[in-house]
Amino acid sequence: MFDNVWLIPLFPFIGFLINGLLGKKIKNETVIGGIGALAVLCSFLVSCKTILALLSLPGEERVANVKVFTWITSGSFNADIAFLIDPLSCVMIMIVTGVGFLIHVYSIGYMHGEEGFYRFFSYLNLFMFSMLLLVLGNNLLLMFVGWEGVGLCSYLLIGYYFHKKSAGDAGKKAFVMNRVGDFGFLLGTFTLYWYMGQAHNVWTIKFTDLAANSHLLPTGGIVTAITLCFFLGATGKSAQIPLYTWLPDAMEGPTPVSALIHAATMVTAGVYMIGRMNYLFIRSPETLMVVAVVGGCTALFAATIGTAQNDIKRVLAYSTVSQLGYMFLAMGTGAFAAGIFHLMTHAFFKACLFLGSGAVIHSMHHALHHVHSHDDAQDMRNMGGLRSKMPLTFLTFLLATIAIAGIPGFSGFFSKDEILWQAFSNPHHGDLNYLLWGMGALAAGLTAFYMFRLVFMTFFGECRITPKAKDHLHESPMVIVIPLIVLAALSVVGGYIGLPKVIGELFGGIPNYFEHYLEPVFKYSEEYMAQHAAHAAEHSATLEWGLMGLSVLVALVGITIAFTMYVKNTELPKRFVATFPALHRAVYNKWYIDELYDYLFVNPCKALGRFLWKGFDVVVVDGVVNGVANVVMAFSGVFRYMQSGYIYNYAWSMAFGVVVILGYYVFK
Amino acid sequence: MMADPHLLTILVFFPLAGCLLVLPVWKRPAAARPLALGVMTGELLLALWLYASWQGLAALKPILPGYLLVEDAPWIGAFGIRYTLGLDGISLLMVMLTAFSFCVALAVSWRAIGEKVGLFLALLLAMETGIMGVFLALDLALFYLFWEVMLIPMFFLIGIWGHGRHIYSTVKFFLFTMFGSLLMLLAIIALHLLHAQQSGVATFGLHQLIATRLPAGTQLWLFGAFFLAFAIKFPLFPLHTWLPDAHTDAPTAGSVILAGLLLKTGSYGLLRFGYPLFPQAAQTLTPLFYTLAIAGIIYASLVAFAQEDMKRLIAYSSIGHMGYVAIGIAAWQPVALSGSIIQMANHGVTTGALFAMVGMLDERAHTREIGAFGGLWGKIPLWSFFFLLFSMASVGLPGLNNFVGEFLVLSGTFTKSPLAAGLAFTGIVLTLVYTVRLVQEVVFQTERKPLPLADLDRREICLLALLALLVILMGVHPAPLLDLIHGPVKILVGGAP
Repeated sequence: MFDNVWLIPLFPFIGFLINGLLGKKIKNETVIGGIGALAVLCSFLVSCKTILALLSLPGEERVANVKVFTWITSGSFNADIAFLIDPLSCVMIMIVTGVGFLIHVYSIGYMHGEEGFYRFFSYLNLFMFSMLLLVLGNNLLLMFVGWEGVGLCSYLLIGYYFHKKSAGDAGKKAFVMNRVGDFGFLLGTFTLYWYMGQAHNVWTIKFTDLAANSHLLPTGGIVTAITLCFFLGATGKSAQIPLYTWLPDAMEGPTPVSALIHAATMVTAGVYMIGRMNYLFIRSPETLMVVAVVGGCTALFAATIGTAQNDIKRVLAYSTVSQLGYMFLAMGTGAFAAGIFHLMTHAFFKACLFLGSGAVIHSMHHALHHVHSHDDAQDMRNMGGLRSKMPLTFLTFLLATIAIAGIPGFSGFFSKDEILWQAFSNPHHGDLNYLLWGMGALAAGLTAFYMFRLVFMTFFGECRITPKAKDHLHESPMVIVIPLIVLAALSVVGGYIGLPKVIGELFGGIPNYFEHYLEPVFKYSEEYMAQHAAHAAEHSATLEWGLMGLSVLVALVGITIAFTMYVKNTELPKRFVATFPALHRAVYNKWYIDELYDYLFVNPCKALGRFLWKGFDVVVVDGVVNGVANVVMAFSGVFRYMQSGYIYNYAWSMAFGVVVILGYYVFK
Repeated sequence: MMADPHLLTILVFFPLAGCLLVLPVWKRPAAARPLALGVMTGELLLALWLYASWQGLAALKPILPGYLLVEDAPWIGAFGIRYTLGLDGISLLMVMLTAFSFCVALAVSWRAIGEKVGLFLALLLAMETGIMGVFLALDLALFYLFWEVMLIPMFFLIGIWGHGRHIYSTVKFFLFTMFGSLLMLLAIIALHLLHAQQSGVATFGLHQLIATRLPAGTQLWLFGAFFLAFAIKFPLFPLHTWLPDAHTDAPTAGSVILAGLLLKTGSYGLLRFGYPLFPQAAQTLTPLFYTLAIAGIIYASLVAFAQEDMKRLIAYSSIGHMGYVAIGIAAWQPVALSGSIIQMANHGVTTGALFAMVGMLDERAHTREIGAFGGLWGKIPLWSFFFLLFSMASVGLPGLNNFVGEFLVLSGTFTKSPLAAGLAFTGIVLTLVYTVRLVQEVVFQTERKPLPLADLDRREICLLALLALLVILMGVHPAPLLDLIHGPVKILVGGAP
């Protein structure tokens, strides 16, 4: 029934090969872009067929392994190229191929006229291939192939403008930080494989086998170690504290890349991975607490930085880090379905926001280019008043902003509120729950503030671009606008498949379809939680309504402050900076975390490498060898002239020596 | 199927015959080059034919368990030295690697070597015989003979066609390897005498000597001598310093063979002779072996990060990669050992390719300094593409070949010593750091010096495409190779010969 799922990653791979090998010869942008987008469209269609087939099955039968061929096998170790089809992987392939397709279409317009157009599309297809392997792989190793593959594509696409040093450095940083995470991923894989084999004679890295045997695992102890390793992997890929600093820099890549890789898909891989191995994480309360705290802290911390950035894409980047923090907060409180739900809605609205910002940058760039201005096309201080110039972009952008800000009725509200409620009410972390909720709610206020700050600075007020350039601002072509409209529509309605319980009851008992759909994947964890939770506290619906109202209120306050500062009284921000210069400087410079990392890790490593080479290799080891050589030379006149001919001497003396020794034994 | 054991003799001495054939046309490169190519291709085809028929050969059950072909004849009766060659899955993999690497070495020096071409080719062919012999010999005296035979041409190769401080490098290489070899020779003779004392039979045969019962102290000394010889070849930290110099100053063909094959003789010797002959001593020294291997991985990666010469950087990376091979052998566990052996082949292909590519760049720009390049993606996109691919293979990107070896080594080692495997893991991050730096500075960014660079020509594209294909194939579908070595590995680790 799922026999042709292997087509899903195959199509983008074919697209990658065609564009990579022949793209230079094809030259025609429409053909190249068409091939790239068509490949993803085909994957999307097969994905639709797959999810429909899955839905036609009864809940408990919704899992299938589809083997393609044996990959690595040695002794007890076995890994196949095989795919896992279940509700979780299906929802992921829908998001990846669906949003991916829209972004491919958008890129045809956005990348128009760029040097290396074919290169861009071949990388983008390669990314889709890797990402689909990541979500479809039925074992840890195949997932790791995708996991590293997306890292490579991310590196290549961030450094797409390779002649720019900053772009290359950003790519390098992303790659290396991801690798630090991958180190954790692999270490976790090995420990898990080793422990399950050693202690229970279950030698496997297959997800379904691991899930079936997860009852063998103890609570805490070794599981904590394993899950912490995996979580390290997640912090690298999903840009959480302490490995988040690469994501803002990754904005050096073209904007469609930021939308696809650094917002909608790749960065959510960590969340997906925890969801995939929920049965493991649920067995370690310690790790869950770490996940929740890191998630909550990242959500809040990144949001603070987002409030002071002036580069439109950087604001969105910090926003992404912050929203990913929410997802981890959900995972850490055991609200797996809520985390995946937010992953989905975030993919819609954040992709829309990034693509919208891309449209703005594109337009700004053209306008500035026309008048030969060297102003920064991404700096919001140069924008303003774009509402009238780009009405469709503005409208879609506004809808997505409302969604992310958590205004009731839009998708972000449902998913974020579900996370906050679960963080508050799940009986996992005792009193820490209130703190987690508080961090989440505060971050929600900050999110509303910086997002509306962005909207106001960009689309409202006076246009601050040079008047001559102003006339060249224009709405983007349809190929760019249509994906925006689709994504904006999804950001509005996408939330209704996962209505919170209290709201569903209000409307006559509409169930939370999304949670219900994912139930087979998380069932084990739910049951485990129900058994082990320390007397789950009963919370009343009134409390839930109250908290919901509170978080909406916080968001409204954020919006109001943004409105006051950036529309009504535009002198306020300057006064604020003048009053708290140190605070502003710290936030603007991202709390100096990059500088700290350079000081702690990068520079010592460089120095150590140089020292070991010049100090140890050359002085100590070679010193000994050269010393020996000098002694030999001093004693032997034969070696006085060290010229090429004398190599013979060595060779002959050695051969001679062999003969002498052998001869000795012959005639002994 | 009829399997003629003389095939092994042909396999070993065909290149030597080729060497003799080249001598008459010594002065005429136009004739000598195709001739050498013919011989090397013939050798490769023979190796591939053996591979294609290995399952048939295995079904025939030759004299020694696990071996596909064995050839045995008395040689020097007085000492019981026999001419014993044996081919099992591990040797076959190494034989294929050897035959292939020599073809690569010839292809990269097609244009680069312009002086004394005849001599160059003759030396290459002689060396091929030596290396084939090392991978096939099962008699310790014969093994030692080939071990020395393969080195002599290498000295000349670096000494005559090298650049930079090539004389210094040759002497250093010579001193290091001779030191180890002589100790090993003493140990071989001692083992021979001890065995003769014990059983009254004079023999150098590996499978007879394994039966020698040695007191722990003696075993330790003898193993120490073998270990030192192999560790220098490996090279293990801190005996590695000959390698960066030899690589940097060797002609490209020399680097390809050094990295692809000579280093492998160290690891091969250890797993074929060192461990089976002295199992208890090996057990005792395992912690030391782990320590040196891990120190090597970390050390080499840190030093590689500071390099300015591309070739030297890759040479240091070679040390790091061989560290994984060392760890896998130290673990002496089926999965890890399979990983080590696969990694030997992978490293030969990947690092060989990288050296070849730096050689191509050097031919054009006459410099290998990282700081001289930059922005090559814009100037020579094909070269850059291949370089990126091989670099990614070298950092162990899953789906490419090195990953398979490293992964198996680490997962196997983890079951024996989680601590050692865990420490070795840091290597995967460090490797990426220096490799990405290299790619970054050379391939990306902007041009630093205006260099006359032309993109790859047809010969180079064919060569690199073939290597790239192997890199991908061995990464995506390593199962046939793992099957090939599965049996011999089991026999090795099981303790029985």
